[in-house]
Amino acid sequence: MTAPTSRPLSPHLTIWKWGPHMLVSILHRTTGSALTFAGLALLTWWLLAIASGAPAYEQFVAIATHPLGFVVMIGLTWAFWQHFFSGLRHLFMDMGAGYELKTNKLFAVLTIAASLFATAATWFILVGVNR
Amino acid sequence: MSMGKSATPLGKVRGLGPAGHGGGHWIEERFTSVVLVLLSLWLLFSLMMLPALDRATLVEWLRAPAGAVPMALFVIAAFKHGLDGVKVVVDDYVHAEGNRIATHFVLSMAAIGGAALSLFALAKIAFGAVAQ
Repeated sequence: MTAPTSRPLSPHLTIWKWGPHMLVSILHRTTGSALTFAGLALLTWWLLAIASGAPAYEQFVAIATHPLGFVVMIGLTWAFWQHFFSGLRHLFMDMGAGYELKTNKLFAVLTIAASLFATAATWFILVGVNR
Repeated sequence: MSMGKSATPLGKVRGLGPAGHGGGHWIEERFTSVVLVLLSLWLLFSLMMLPALDRATLVEWLRAPAGAVPMALFVIAAFKHGLDGVKVVVDDYVHAEGNRIATHFVLSMAAIGGAALSLFALAKIAFGAVAQ
């Protein structure tokens, strides 16, 4: 299908007043893309480093525990939780529920609150409790 | 692909949409998402519960079936779900059909390659082919 030229265009981002549901919808795509490209690359590298031997794993740890490495890992953790909760919201909405304006907005706000809380909790446990 | 006059409502919509299809892909994406709810929580809680994250601990964890099997399933589901997801983004923003198919091809190769590398590494660990 070539780009349709004669069909009307939907009013785009710039003319709408932003709301939490729009933000969460876009975040679902950006976090999903980030998890796919950066997250899966990191997963592959991590598994290969473990399989390759001690020097390769030490190199992985050295880069991962660099301040920038923490920024990436914490960022991906937040991306994971945001996509996770937003994904649950989508599964719920796929059943045809939660489209009422107030409910929809409330669940959108809740995914953001939950993802921030879960990210903090994850790193608190990863850094604080175990090691 | 039926556009225009058709006998049934289904026939009218079949083949429409940016992907030229959709139902099957949509269901598969939901299927892997539900699987990943379970497996990603398993992975995260496993990493939290391990006594340490040094290599010896990770090798021991991934050598046991309880570590290796869910991890293999996670790798497969995560690459499949990630590929399905970015394909939808591509369908929405890449309008020229040739570019769309070429982008799908490149993304599919990257996903299959990444999944194969991950599974190879995991198998090597699980079957004891690496030093502890």
